[in-house]
Amino acid sequence: MPETAPTLSDLRRSLAEAALRSGPVAAGRIDLGVPALDEVLNGGLVRAALHEIYAAEVADLAAATGFALGLALRAGRIDRKGGGGPIFWARQDFVDAEAGRLHAPGLNELGLDPARLLLVRARDGEGVLRAGAEAARCAALSAVLIEPWGEPRPFDLTASRRLALAAEASGVPVLLLRVAAAEAPSAARTRWQVRALASRALEANAPGAPAFALRLLRQRGGAAEREWRVEWDRDRHCFAERSLFDRSARTDHAAPLSRPLVPLSGDGQVTADGRDSGLRRTG
Amino acid sequence: MQGNALRLVDCDQRAVDLGLTRNMTLADARARIPDLVALEAQAQADREFLEALAGFCDRFTPLVALDDPHGLMLDITGCAHLFGGEAGLGNLAARAMQRGGLQLKAAIAGTPDAARACARHGRGGIVPPGQEEALLRFLPTAALDTDAETVIALSRAGLKTLAHLAERPSETLSARFGEALVVKLRRILGHEDRRITPLRPPPDCVVERHFAEPFADTASLEAVVVRLIGEAARVLEARGEGGRVFELGFFRSDGAVRRLAMETGRPSRDAKALLRLYRERIETLSDPLDPGFGFDAIKLAVPLCEPLDTPQHSLDGRAIEEEAVADLVDRLVTRFGRDRVLRFVAQDTHHPVRAAKALSAAAPLPEAAWSAPEPQEPPARPLQLFEPPQPVEAIAEVPDGPPIRFRWRRLTHDVARAEGPERIAPEWWRDGSDEPMRDYYRVEDAQGRRFWLYRIGFYEADSAPPRWFLHGLFA
Repeated sequence: MPETAPTLSDLRRSLAEAALRSGPVAAGRIDLGVPALDEVLNGGLVRAALHEIYAAEVADLAAATGFALGLALRAGRIDRKGGGGPIFWARQDFVDAEAGRLHAPGLNELGLDPARLLLVRARDGEGVLRAGAEAARCAALSAVLIEPWGEPRPFDLTASRRLALAAEASGVPVLLLRVAAAEAPSAARTRWQVRALASRALEANAPGAPAFALRLLRQRGGAAEREWRVEWDRDRHCFAERSLFDRSARTDHAAPLSRPLVPLSGDGQVTADGRDSGLRRTG
Repeated sequence: MQGNALRLVDCDQRAVDLGLTRNMTLADARARIPDLVALEAQAQADREFLEALAGFCDRFTPLVALDDPHGLMLDITGCAHLFGGEAGLGNLAARAMQRGGLQLKAAIAGTPDAARACARHGRGGIVPPGQEEALLRFLPTAALDTDAETVIALSRAGLKTLAHLAERPSETLSARFGEALVVKLRRILGHEDRRITPLRPPPDCVVERHFAEPFADTASLEAVVVRLIGEAARVLEARGEGGRVFELGFFRSDGAVRRLAMETGRPSRDAKALLRLYRERIETLSDPLDPGFGFDAIKLAVPLCEPLDTPQHSLDGRAIEEEAVADLVDRLVTRFGRDRVLRFVAQDTHHPVRAAKALSAAAPLPEAAWSAPEPQEPPARPLQLFEPPQPVEAIAEVPDGPPIRFRWRRLTHDVARAEGPERIAPEWWRDGSDEPMRDYYRVEDAQGRRFWLYRIGFYEADSAPPRWFLHGLFA
């Protein structure tokens, strides 16, 4: 009965997902440690899936990278099953040239033991995607980060579906970091936009812990278009929501805390106009 | 060119027939044959050709040595029966060389020196075991390959052939002409053996297939490779070893040899993983494997073996995971190259650029612990580092305040928060004493982006204004 097998597995999956939605922190999910955020995500990011993280502008790439690294660390926490495995990172040479190389002491400062990182430097976007696809099949990894520059030519819906399938089969979260790229249809489970956020000043007006303005652009089968302002807490390895009353909260350009935006059309696609121009391709 | 005259280095058969010889001056030769075609000798090209030929002969035996000038030495111990005995092998080699337009004079004998003397100074052919002395004793003393003076001295003493020398007591010979001559004589006459030094070190394990008819289609090529890999894996398993390097040699019927190497990060004999590596290798070749008129032999050599215990199937999850990651690394290394699959290793230095080293993940890495970051403190080092640092224009408070505003990539950033300076002195023992001190600042601009900037020099009345650089980006 070749037809029934996928149907059965589909049914099982949907049942499993329904069960997950009820639990506080469901298995197979990566909770971010921010209750408001995890609630919208039904308990966290689906582990065995592809997630896209867009840098709002090229200059926000470091922030987007930091957020992606945070997610990877949440996914590979030692106290979990499959945690503590290596984190795989495929990076295009052009990203190194434009935004600087990954700096191991900096990774260490964000909470990732650099010895856990397996880095592949690829010449072009195609190589990055190939390396990522290869790694996404390896269940021993705790997360796969793929960082091409711009819009690599072979990356289309099929390629992203392939990545998503590989992630589903191996159970390894695949995080696709995108910079200087316009949004395109993809098989990603969630799509995020990250923007640098002014940190809470420390003594003597020193910059504080990394802070990000997150925008959930899209979530398959769930609510989307929300914004949060979070901080990365390296000591606890989790994200923390920025409190509303923090003494240095800036009001100039960032959105107020976690406000729902205008809901979008049912398919979850967003139109490029009506939002800031930062997403458009630069450079 | 030897001495002050142009001389003939070598001449072809027709030139020999016309009475030209090696070492004749070019002027002399031209006088005899006015329309002589002379080409400049290219020692390097000759050498390369000979090495290519040695690669070709790799199909007969893994032990092939160069034998200057213009010679190759093959150790065919235990190989000849695969090619129809010594005579069969000799014929095969002669035919192959003829096809390539070469003339082959070959000899097979019990010791390398006997074979060499027989090929170069005798008639060539096969010297049956134990017959070296009987057959080679009438060779001229030039077969000893000593300098010309010794040969002249020997002939003056009336010693023209090896037999004359062999009849003398070796003590007097060595007293007069040196020990080397006596040793050489004993070796040519088969009293003493020596090992040749092969061009390519003999691999620990070799499996190969020879084909009666050359074939060119890719599918059967892979089928052969699959069988070879399986065979090598069985050999390695029986020995309790695993290979670190696997080298496939494709011998084309026209003599060209293509070699593909696959490396693994740890000893391996997993046929499936090896086949995956092979496919990866084939797929990423910049110039694809060209079968030409077909391959007539394929050889899988394992030049580097290491002990590998039989894997236990009840390993704990951690070991299996490590295995999976090592396999992944091997595949990535095969596709992207050693220097593109990296892991970071901590270095004991405060210099920001040298604090970490990215080493190839293909080799085992030194263990070095990273110091835990200071709790409750924001990151002190950037996530991304520019190398070299990027010059920026900055306005700062005098004398050592953080920048108030800076311009990077045509954009002006207004600094909202800043911390510093953190003074990092150069490592004079590496950089020399001229390297200036750097004052680093962590700054955040009005948009919330965080940067790592440094200043070289100070604001002083009598010196050049300081320069500012952007070195990294914080998350």
